[in-house]
Amino acid sequence: MRETVELSLVVNGRAHPIRVEPRETLADVLRERLGLTGLKISCDVQVCGACTVLVDGLAISACTYLAADAEGHEVTTVEGLARAGQLSPLQQSFIDAAAFQCGFCTPGMRMAATALLAENPAPTRAQVVAGIEGNICRCTGYVPIIDAILEAAGAVDAAGVSEGAR
Amino acid sequence: MRRVTTRATPPSPIGESVPRRDGIAKVTGAARFTSDLSVPGMAWAKILRSPYPHARISSIDTAAALALPGVIAAVSAADLADVELYYGHALADHPLIAHGVVRYGGEPVVGIVAEDPATAEEALALVSVEYDPLPVVTTVEAALAPGAPILHEREAEQRPQRGFEEAIERDHPNVCSSSTQRWGDIDAAFAGADLVVEGDFRYPISYAYAMEPYTAIAHWSDGGLTVWSSCQHPFMVRDDLARCFHLPLSAVRVIVPYVGGGYGSKSYTKIEPLTAALALRADRPVKLALSIEESILTTRGDGAVVHIASAFDGDGRLRGRRAEILLNTGAYAENSPLVGRKAANRICGPYRIPAVDVTCRAIYTNTSPASSFRGFGAPQGIFAGESQMDEAAERLGIDPLEIRRRNVVRPGEALWSKARGMDADLDADLLLAADALAWDTPARPGRGRAICISASDAGSEPVTTSLLRVHADGSVTVTVGSTEIGQGSSTVLAQIAAAEMDLPLDRVHLLQSDTTAASYDRSTGASRTTTLVGLAIQAAARDARSQLLEWARDALAGGGTVEPAKGGVLVAGVHHDWGAIVRAWFAGAGGEVVGRGYLRRAGSMTAMPPFWEIGCVGAEVSVDEETGQIRVERLVTVGDVGCAINPQLVESQDVGAAIMGLGIALSEELVYTPEGSLLNGNLVEYRVPRASDIPPFTAILAERGDGVGVYGAKGGGEGALNPVAAAVANAVRRATGIRLHEAPFTPERVWRALRERDPGREGDG
Ligand code: FES
Ligand code: FES
Repeated sequence: MRETVELSLVVNGRAHPIRVEPRETLADVLRERLGLTGLKISCDVQVCGACTVLVDGLAISACTYLAADAEGHEVTTVEGLARAGQLSPLQQSFIDAAAFQCGFCTPGMRMAATALLAENPAPTRAQVVAGIEGNICRCTGYVPIIDAILEAAGAVDAAGVSEGAR
Repeated sequence: MRRVTTRATPPSPIGESVPRRDGIAKVTGAARFTSDLSVPGMAWAKILRSPYPHARISSIDTAAALALPGVIAAVSAADLADVELYYGHALADHPLIAHGVVRYGGEPVVGIVAEDPATAEEALALVSVEYDPLPVVTTVEAALAPGAPILHEREAEQRPQRGFEEAIERDHPNVCSSSTQRWGDIDAAFAGADLVVEGDFRYPISYAYAMEPYTAIAHWSDGGLTVWSSCQHPFMVRDDLARCFHLPLSAVRVIVPYVGGGYGSKSYTKIEPLTAALALRADRPVKLALSIEESILTTRGDGAVVHIASAFDGDGRLRGRRAEILLNTGAYAENSPLVGRKAANRICGPYRIPAVDVTCRAIYTNTSPASSFRGFGAPQGIFAGESQMDEAAERLGIDPLEIRRRNVVRPGEALWSKARGMDADLDADLLLAADALAWDTPARPGRGRAICISASDAGSEPVTTSLLRVHADGSVTVTVGSTEIGQGSSTVLAQIAAAEMDLPLDRVHLLQSDTTAASYDRSTGASRTTTLVGLAIQAAARDARSQLLEWARDALAGGGTVEPAKGGVLVAGVHHDWGAIVRAWFAGAGGEVVGRGYLRRAGSMTAMPPFWEIGCVGAEVSVDEETGQIRVERLVTVGDVGCAINPQLVESQDVGAAIMGLGIALSEELVYTPEGSLLNGNLVEYRVPRASDIPPFTAILAERGDGVGVYGAKGGGEGALNPVAAAVANAVRRATGIRLHEAPFTPERVWRALRERDPGREGDG
């Protein structure tokens, strides 16, 4: 028998008593055990940001974060951001700007953006770029994502798409 | 966004940037990808891969793995005597699991099925395989050398109806395929030239990096096979599965949930036959979810070595072009024969050339198999051809924009005999790009600018169907076989159906990519969906409307007159919507009308290609001469798309494609050692663009209504990638005087070229 530990994981405000192996990552436990498949696994080595979730409000890569280390902390996933039937400003701005194509990066990108805006509600374009530097999007070329985050922050850049990241 | 429009105004919601239909699912995390799915009773597979790039397998022992509690099956080729092992799009040369020989490092050798992924992983270490290593070739030059090790002893079946019908000229056993493009008197063209430029160019082995790795679930039940897969072409995958497992097409169901990126890398069959074989032996539903490292080993883009010569008159007019392209195709053909076919066509550029002699050969090497990647044979040759346009302009003292304007074909003019006439205004596109770059004003000191243009024979085969069902409440379900891979087809195709049926968008729903429930489409690639599937939906809508008119006459007008009206008919001045007609005809007991749309190679689809896909890109760069780092100061794309059904989505395609091209121009390359080791098969060392790499960007849409598709539309989404490497290289030349012949233009390569620079800046080529 493999060694296991008993945890109480607080995810999106709900406590989940759960038995995990010490080597299990937070990403695997959230996806495979709790059915929270919003976060995605791509690189699996903390390079792409697809697995970004919040731990006590800070963006972390769940693919390289051990589930056991989340004990005693508040985990927030993309599912936890949805308010019953109501889109958040970031969700709305992502849709308005078409800030995704395939959508595989989107949950991670949104969590990174949420953490960024929580820390800095009125970021500059350069600060937005820095805030999502750890999140890869292979589809959009980032331009609409940057625009969407700025829009959600209420700092709509009139030049929009033509300004790129710089 | 800039839109330049000369077309007629289409009906709503065509031409409107309506929100994406998949938006809420994707921003809330509710969208389910294959990697998110599970099936009751599902077991997990892991793959043992070859550590050798070329070896004979002398023995495989799985007894210890099978003894591990939780392991259900351990499968190698020896266990699959009842399965046709060899598949492949153009050539059936690819065993779904190594069959006696491994031909690249990372080739699947044994598949383990277990109750959970960790157990399957653990069991891999318990399998013992003995190999007899064989000599290795990783470059096209080494593979074509006399005495080179031969990769394929066995003659592979060239598969019919897969778009590659040419006789392969195999002057060396490692030639996988060959294609030629020839016309005119090439010797006379070169003999009478005022200027000949000649050179060698290298395009890297690249990786599409779709963020969702290859993932499939296979489930055998009721005498049939169901497969969920992150793939682009479910019907093509179905056909290959039916062939491998000796099943009728109707017994195989391939379902595609949301797909986490494709860019060509999920075209054709990949891990589905292996997953189905494992499920068959395990007698359980099986999920095979590859890692990104494994995905890199599964498919990548063709690297190319291009020798090219272009002959010009003194006024810059092209007289002839000769080229020899060698594609590094890796261990198996995959779709490289078609990539080679297209590379031979596309290296000719969008130019009027009196004589052409191009050969492209795809070459087997002991590297991972190459296949489709956005651009599909275009960027490899465009880099070379467009570099030579600038080189000739410089040597002849002609402006690089002007030399292109003198050579591009005019609207309606065919690039080669029997080809569809040019359905684009290339001269106007060039001027739009020039305007955005302020071409007429000199660049700032230390900066260089360039504009490059390409035309791809796009659209693939026009074989597409659609059903459009009008329900008793007047709402509509449209079925298509085209896959939503992020390009926005679920939105754009719904817009077309809504416009054709005069319905609000929220009355239209789409069912896509399910080979049993949805209707046939050949593929989702070659930028064909909007054009070809759009036409099939239009045909289905017209068929539904003509039936509804008939039914209205029958059931509402007592055989008398009905007048077509918006969203329904008028009978004696009273409007009846579609639902009312359906209800009346079925006498109030529900029912529906089924409209059928078929698209084949006939009528407007007789001339090939279905349409030309234009790439028109401008770049302005500066170079840090100390480090060799290129800084792209501005990128411009002109999307010549006829009619942008949803401009926001078209623009997003162009930006994404150009940035993907920029990644290959600046940093992306999979590097193999001569011994066959992949040095950077991971995302840490294979660097794709990040947010901070994105330059200021101008995306222009040119809509002239000149496409063959609905409302004058034609395809986009790949074009903007194709000229990027050439545009960056030419702009670097203008900024620094160095001519780059090998992409990506890494700081090291640029720095070396700067060191070798002729201080006079002359004499290049
Ligand atoms: S999957 Fe965790 S960072 Fe890429
Ligand atoms: S939307 Fe596809 S990776 Fe970002």
